[in-house]
Amino acid sequence: MSTELDAARAATLLDDAPLKDATLFRFATAGSVDDGKSTLVGRLLHDSKAILADQLDAVARTSADRGFGGSAGGIDLALLTDGLRAEREQGITIDVAYRYFATDRRSFILADCPGHVQYTKNTVTGASTADAVIVLIDARKGVLEQTRRHLSVLQLLRVAHVIVAVNKIDLVEFSESVFREIEADVQQVGRELGLGSDGIADLLVIPVSALDGDNVVDRSDRTPWYEGPALLETLESLPAADELESHLESFRFPVQLVIRPQGALAPDAIAGGLDVEAYRDYRAYAGQITEGSVKLGDKVTVLTPGQGPRTTTVTGIDFAGAELTEAVAPQSVAIRLADEFDVARGDTIAAAGTIRESSADLYAALCWLSPKPLREGAKVLVKHGTRTVQALVRNVSGKLDLATFKLEGASSLELNDIGHAQLRLAAPLPLENYLHHRRTGAFLVIDPIDGNTLAAGLVNDHPGDHEDERYSI
Amino acid sequence: MSTQITNEDLELSVLESDTPVPATRLSSLDTLESEAIHIIREVVAEFEKPALLFSGGKDSVVMLHLATKAFWPGKVPFPVLHVDTGHNFPEVIDFRDRTVERLGLKLVVGSVQEFIDRGELAERADGTRNPLQTIPLLDAIQSNKFDAVFGGGRRDEDKARAKERILSLRDEFGQWDPRNQRPELWNLYNGRHTVGQHVRAFPISNWTELDVWRYIERENIELPGLYYAHEREVFARDGMWRAVGEVSQPLDTEKVITKTVRYRTVGDMSCTGAVESDAATVRDVVIEVAASTITERGATRADDRISEAAMEDRKKDGYF
Repeated sequence: MSTELDAARAATLLDDAPLKDATLFRFATAGSVDDGKSTLVGRLLHDSKAILADQLDAVARTSADRGFGGSAGGIDLALLTDGLRAEREQGITIDVAYRYFATDRRSFILADCPGHVQYTKNTVTGASTADAVIVLIDARKGVLEQTRRHLSVLQLLRVAHVIVAVNKIDLVEFSESVFREIEADVQQVGRELGLGSDGIADLLVIPVSALDGDNVVDRSDRTPWYEGPALLETLESLPAADELESHLESFRFPVQLVIRPQGALAPDAIAGGLDVEAYRDYRAYAGQITEGSVKLGDKVTVLTPGQGPRTTTVTGIDFAGAELTEAVAPQSVAIRLADEFDVARGDTIAAAGTIRESSADLYAALCWLSPKPLREGAKVLVKHGTRTVQALVRNVSGKLDLATFKLEGASSLELNDIGHAQLRLAAPLPLENYLHHRRTGAFLVIDPIDGNTLAAGLVNDHPGDHEDERYSI
Repeated sequence: MSTQITNEDLELSVLESDTPVPATRLSSLDTLESEAIHIIREVVAEFEKPALLFSGGKDSVVMLHLATKAFWPGKVPFPVLHVDTGHNFPEVIDFRDRTVERLGLKLVVGSVQEFIDRGELAERADGTRNPLQTIPLLDAIQSNKFDAVFGGGRRDEDKARAKERILSLRDEFGQWDPRNQRPELWNLYNGRHTVGQHVRAFPISNWTELDVWRYIERENIELPGLYYAHEREVFARDGMWRAVGEVSQPLDTEKVITKTVRYRTVGDMSCTGAVESDAATVRDVVIEVAASTITERGATRADDRISEAAMEDRKKDGYF
């Protein structure tokens, strides 16, 4: 590959619309032991030319040292995703690792989640920020109990796109009937879970060979019966979750802090011609839009937990000196309001009439991520949006059998359990159902003693509430 | 998330990729910028005394630029911290001082030289001072009672960094424990820590080297001149070009020549190498980086070549 050619190609990409307008897409991988996940990730990085020459050299040397004789020029692609020395020595993966690569159309962030140990913890972590998750299945084994568990977790976290890669299709002689059978099983599990049928997520099934590259980056000649796109094409064309949520009418803006410089205006802004007099009484609320969009003149509700809702109008949307007329999720901006309310960190600005009152009763699904089990009566901290409050665990009402997706009786939750619980909060929070509000329906449970994160929480409706009910205020 | 997408629909959308991008779709740079600003604001809201590591290197310059945008029209509400190895490029120190002055910031300097002079650190046999920065860094954090320290670390730089959280807890000795990290969920960052512990915050974790350069170009951000092609007296060592300077003298066997070079990272003169390059403008550099086939650390940092796990070891000991 000549450098001049690369430079010419780079210049074209940079100047044409594609790279300039390339969007960001986050995805994660989940799989069982030995289903070839590391090889698939290595293949995606290798074939999309995300692996640079020196990294490839290092991996080639290690492959040769270990006598690896597979394809891709004798390079063990799985080594590309091997992380820390501790992991290489023990041949294990400790934790979620992040990888970066880009095509002409998109920049990708890949959360590579180990499948064998603590799969719930790692899958929940990786899936919480993912626009899509790839679940691997070995074509020789089909849908396993672990596959059902992975799909359950992804359904619960309402990941926008679930892609099942039926790997090692080369080892079943590229058999259409084997693929169709697995595909039908996957769709059956999807239906049981409500994946791909409730309009929340979609479920796609693709036959691949990570080892040989079939249907990973390019469509394969060896699966003529498969008419869908290759894995990378799929990742390039799916809408990101933020993009889907920027169209929602339920604008949400948790206030991070108040920008009120008074005397302390930035010297570089003043040097740049900022009108000091005009900004003497500047006051704006800084935050990141979690869903929907906001326009100048929009009517909004300010929700301060523990106080009645207040309605006002948006008079300014500022971003570093630029006055915007509109902003969308996930933009970070500063919003000015018509009325001089006392608004502070922890308050939420929302489209008027679309948000419930705050509540101190929290019903939730908890993904327990700590070796320290959850017991009824425990005192914990709940971090929701930009607010952290104390909470008491009133009861644990059961835990999910992820393989059958049935709720079984339980009074405590252990590491990697997912269960339902009711908490009483020391101060009310603007809780929203996770099913409809991925950002404002999520929270952390934190250990007040050592500060560690104990659980990922997903807000459920109060029992008796109708699922779609909105309290207009 | 309204409509269900099937494989057949996708097929169509792939073919019809010429449809215009809707105005509501943010570019990847806008999304990364927004994420970084959110993180910077969270740390400022939740910590008592944050500081930003500022070396004059491009990643820290981008971090400072993001901070000015996060709090506009207010001043950046925290000081900057520099660990001076005593072997820095003079033009970078000059750039650092001008930047601090321009933004009206407080600068805290931790000096490796002072530690060596007091006998609290010993010069290494290879003359490299990068690994010596850890103790002055921790000392500056403790004596100033900083509870959060922003860094410009990126996950694409290194295998160890690929596994580090955006908010990374350090114990009383500044150590990172990769096996015991808090899961990082959604955009909810848990920065709780006990007395003596502190948190390193990496708001541009998800940026790549190319993202950083494209952002520098888009935002018209000034950098020290040595990031761009210039003529310099250099000699070859460890497969890279080293600048001739007070602290980096060629051996008798190493021939000094004048070359057109630039730096991809700006660190300690004793271990940072230059690359041959004609990229004299930010646009040239963006094109060069986009076309590059060597990662930046592998090309220009001798200290990362010491062992395959060099960064992992230094991070565990409290390095950046």
